[in-house]
Amino acid sequence: MATVELTFSALPAHVRTARLVATAIARRTGVDEAILDEVRLAVGEACSRAVEAHRLHCPDEPVRIELRDDEGRFEVTVTDVAPSDDVAPRVLAANGNPMPEMAGLGLAVIAGLADDVEVLPGPKGMCIRMSWPASSDGVTATA
Amino acid sequence: MDLKLDHHSEDNLTIVDVEGEIDVYTAPRLRELLIDLVNKGNFHLLVNMEKVDFLDSTGLGVLVGGLKRVRAHDGSLELVCTQERILKIFRITGLTKVFGIYSSVDEAKEMHGRDK
Repeated sequence: MATVELTFSALPAHVRTARLVATAIARRTGVDEAILDEVRLAVGEACSRAVEAHRLHCPDEPVRIELRDDEGRFEVTVTDVAPSDDVAPRVLAANGNPMPEMAGLGLAVIAGLADDVEVLPGPKGMCIRMSWPASSDGVTATA
Repeated sequence: MDLKLDHHSEDNLTIVDVEGEIDVYTAPRLRELLIDLVNKGNFHLLVNMEKVDFLDSTGLGVLVGGLKRVRAHDGSLELVCTQERILKIFRITGLTKVFGIYSSVDEAKEMHGRDK
């Protein structure tokens, strides 16, 4: 089982970095090229949700993302430490004003994209675990 | 890639050209542009997404917000999009039934002309 862990400050600009890292590792793990876009979008949605939750509740705490090659599956876990009762936080614009239009859409998109999704609210935050099929010999598959 | 925004008017229609990634970082800029256009009396908007590389739910929210604003003035907000990876997110969220989605700017202009 190979694992990559990434923590990043709760800033919207870093969500793109997380997407790029997840896509690169998914490709290396052997996730089919045809579903890499889905991985990219679902990971972005989970990280966006976590970043906005942190911006509302604990802006100094980093968001954590774990990417695992787990016996033929590529598994991504995004963990936040914002209060878990706020499942669909309001998105804030750059000036701090709320953008209420998208509340809740992110989780719906993740559910529609990931092959397997678990949303686990905890006392200290929320954990979104997603996975997709990958070839058992990931690196060889992409060579 | 960052987000590039441009817009111009043709007849009664304002065409917004979007290029790059629309996500939690860049979506506020698109939102500000749509609000600004509506505030200046542009109530028929056509958002050209042919050069959009990435769209997430934040971007969808901005488009839905724009649609609500123009509808308050009996206006319209329609899209040009042929990229399957972008269309997929509209399908997942059921928003293909909410937005008029065209395969080219010319097709959208033609339909808009008929509706006038």
